[in-house]
Amino acid sequence: MNNLITIFLSMALINNFILAKFLGLCPFFGVSKKLSNALSMGVAVTLVMFIATVATWLINHYILIPFDVQYMSIVIYILVIASLVQIVEMAIKRTNLTLYNALGIYLPLITTNCAVLGITLINATEAYSLLESVVCSLGGGIGFTLVLIIMSGIRERLELADSPMSMKGLPVALLTAMLLGLTFFGFGGMI
Amino acid sequence: MKTTSFWKEFTKGIVISNPLFVLVLGLCPALAVSTSVDNALGMSIGVTFVLLGSNIIISAIRKIIPNMVRIPIFIVIIATFVTIVNLVFHAYVPSLYESLGIYLPLIVVNCIILGRAEAFASKNPLLHSIADALGISIGFMLALLIISFLRETLGTGSLSIFGARLFTLPILGEHPMAIFVLPPGAFLLMGLLLALLRRLGVIKSE
Repeated sequence: MNNLITIFLSMALINNFILAKFLGLCPFFGVSKKLSNALSMGVAVTLVMFIATVATWLINHYILIPFDVQYMSIVIYILVIASLVQIVEMAIKRTNLTLYNALGIYLPLITTNCAVLGITLINATEAYSLLESVVCSLGGGIGFTLVLIIMSGIRERLELADSPMSMKGLPVALLTAMLLGLTFFGFGGMI
Repeated sequence: MKTTSFWKEFTKGIVISNPLFVLVLGLCPALAVSTSVDNALGMSIGVTFVLLGSNIIISAIRKIIPNMVRIPIFIVIIATFVTIVNLVFHAYVPSLYESLGIYLPLIVVNCIILGRAEAFASKNPLLHSIADALGISIGFMLALLIISFLRETLGTGSLSIFGARLFTLPILGEHPMAIFVLPPGAFLLMGLLLALLRRLGVIKSE
């Protein structure tokens, strides 16, 4: 149990996906301009990360390792993620149209989100059990959502701020990310 | 005529549409591996190989790829080349493979490569696609080398390439600004570099 809490906290706060591992920076800088979009994106990414983790763990342990074809893992993982995103998109469209409209274009974009492929690779290299992998993916997803929401709140204000010409937009967002990263560094003392 | 357009496609990727500084694509691996010049070199060699390979194959078979399923086909081709890079690095440069970690397989989802496949290689002839891949790769490598050079020298106070110490800065050598090799330092440096390039007019402001 302690082990699971450690994994969760470490993935969510200390080794945060965006601020410490630089995974999923495209949605971080692209989407995080409005609070509602940030929340939708975070939820979508967390959901896909969770499903992808379970699917790739099963494939890894019941197909790749028994047949000794782990060198195929990259090709298999990316195909699994791409098809999962399609299936999740169709399932959400059929069952919950409101959620589907809220997630909108972000769902297909998740295929090329490094956070999703990243979590499956982390689980594979750390050789986590199924439960540990799931906790790891949830921690990563929640940490990702948290930072996305914090950043969108800041950026809504930042748009109105009078920053120098050459700093407008991305540079000032990067500097904000640095300050956020420094703050999250403080969580390092938790474990 | 032909050589001039080849040259144009080649040079365009280096400055005018530099993947990192102008298009701001592939930020994730760039910031993650730029802690040392070694890592940056290894990463850019990997990206160059994958981009060149995928651009050549996709450009060669562009006429027989059905439009509906082009993205999955691109991804499989890219993933194949990434697997090759992964295995070669694992076999011949294990220390580099270790320090690049998950960022080496993550070249699959690097926006630069899929972006070039979709925007260029699937529409242009073979020779131009090769020029485009080389130009973009060199642009990526230069940008990554600049970032990693600054991060390593400021963050550790010295510079070493493949184990050989090149120089140690006088004061920084004893009191390095460690923030630059930590993750927040990457954001700081990238933000300042982008702002500086805009100020100097090398790239356009928003």
